[in-house]
Amino acid sequence: MTETLQPPAKPANPLLADPRVTRAIELVWHEADLLDRKEYETWQELYADDGRYVIPIDPETEDFENTLNMVYDDARMRRMRVTRMTEGYAIAAVDAARTVRTVSRFVPAKVCEDEVTVRSAQIVVAYKRGNHDVWAAEVTHRIRLSDHGDRIALKVVRLIDSEDAVPAAGFLL
Amino acid sequence: MTAEFIAENIYDIAPSDLVLADRVAGRMYTDPEIFEAEMTKIFERTWVWVAHESELPKAGSFKSTFVGRQPVIVTKDRKGTVNTLLNRCRHRGASLCEQRTGQANGFTCPYHAWSYGLDGALRGIPYPDGYEGVMEKGDMGLKKLRTESYGGMVFATFDNDVAPLEDFLGDVKLWIDRFMKQGGGYPVKVLGTHRFRFRGNWKIQLENTTDGYHFPIVHRSWMASVDAETADMMSFMTDPTAVTHDLGNGHSVMQMVPEHSDLDADNGSEPLQPRFASVVTELKSAGLGDAEIRKLVRAMHGTGFNLNLFPNVSMSISFLRVLRPVSVDETLIEHVALGPDGPAEIVDPVNRERLRIHEHFQGPFGFGTPDDAEGWDRVQRGAQGAPEMPIMVNRGLARETPSPEGWATSHVTDETGMRAAYDKWKQMMSDD
Repeated sequence: MTETLQPPAKPANPLLADPRVTRAIELVWHEADLLDRKEYETWQELYADDGRYVIPIDPETEDFENTLNMVYDDARMRRMRVTRMTEGYAIAAVDAARTVRTVSRFVPAKVCEDEVTVRSAQIVVAYKRGNHDVWAAEVTHRIRLSDHGDRIALKVVRLIDSEDAVPAAGFLL
Repeated sequence: MTAEFIAENIYDIAPSDLVLADRVAGRMYTDPEIFEAEMTKIFERTWVWVAHESELPKAGSFKSTFVGRQPVIVTKDRKGTVNTLLNRCRHRGASLCEQRTGQANGFTCPYHAWSYGLDGALRGIPYPDGYEGVMEKGDMGLKKLRTESYGGMVFATFDNDVAPLEDFLGDVKLWIDRFMKQGGGYPVKVLGTHRFRFRGNWKIQLENTTDGYHFPIVHRSWMASVDAETADMMSFMTDPTAVTHDLGNGHSVMQMVPEHSDLDADNGSEPLQPRFASVVTELKSAGLGDAEIRKLVRAMHGTGFNLNLFPNVSMSISFLRVLRPVSVDETLIEHVALGPDGPAEIVDPVNRERLRIHEHFQGPFGFGTPDDAEGWDRVQRGAQGAPEMPIMVNRGLARETPSPEGWATSHVTDETGMRAAYDKWKQMMSDD
């Protein structure tokens, strides 16, 4: 029997249909894929030169400069981190967990002509030597849009257990 | 005493006999019964580090933490006394405080609202008529641990008869004084804490803080990422002046950068690291003189040593490394970042730099910690094999000599500090 499908209800947030937001989400997904595949050299190219990659401990803070973070990377630290992850000296990276992540529940927080800020939920499952660790986080991406390629200006990964003890990691969130 | 560990006898040997002068049995990492005995014979019978005084800045400040496996709340009461209270209601045993740090007037149990003061005294019971003629409120305060401190380091113990903290520390006190000089003329405060866990026995971490031998191998990745001056500073492998002392009572100090052991000893010949040039500029514009700037910037990497206190804290160059045993094969580690405590325009630029240095090496995503944790994980996995086979702690045994102070001393890459800790372990595990 043939049924006539009803047109889908409009998204609760009309911004989700905004092509600028779609571009941002595509970049976030691309980043997630690169990280799961540990293609770190390509990954760092997604960042703007002045871009920051942050995993804070304090769940409230926006002042990353004056607080202790798990990761607070500018371009220089990111470059060194990628070297560390790929050059083969770091035993944690050489024998890193395999990861699979999903990024979803996108909420566009701010959209303007050349920049989009989107919040999302990220679940990473990391498997190593018989153990599965779950890394759940609220993620914020600020993405700079440009005809020369969209770039990440800021990524903040707020782990739901950021103040608690997490495993020491040989991969990136 | 058993001279040899063999598969047939390894589980019959008393734990204290598993420590020999140059080796310990692998069973010490893997046997749950030994772990249970350690919790009562060591963690409930000696001084365990619980806080730094800067974490309790005023009356009402509290911090919840653990002594061994037992949950405690460390408080500062209205009289300024620091108390360590078992985090357990005297009524039906519920935990009173699940907040890590904060300010409070006291603690109220969420279950039946028994309320306690910052000193642990039972203040109020709802509907108290049911207890008339049954119980005296005065007898029902929270269990209180003996609490003493030295140099800002706060320790607690379940053992009311143990010798005073200062006796337990002994020659360590001199090194605590030296460690705190990294405030560069200011007191030291806690800046933040990294926490991570690894699947391994707590003694693997205890050993690691006095293991100079692993540094260039496990931390090659970190060494490759720092500036030349910092890499050079940590190149102690063939430096004969870099030594480890056994300070007694299980404590030891490993001097990796001996010229920074006493930060007051400065003849001015050592140039400040170029990487800190912008901090120097900021401090100058804050009105600080050259000598004061030099003191703060020269201490940026901390002191030149790891001071390892048995059983749970290492004052490690620039930060505190605190271990908490969870089970025989799981341990939780805190890396507590430190910096000077003073006027914001002076200490903030310094502490921003110190935070970045700390993040670079420490914590679950640092360039050092994950590699350490991988090494420890591998020790626990490997040690499952042949529990009778020894873990070797014999490096440098033949070149160990007493220092002028009388401390057994050997090269910084030697296992003198591990032998010191295991000697104390053996002594405490043989006490009834």
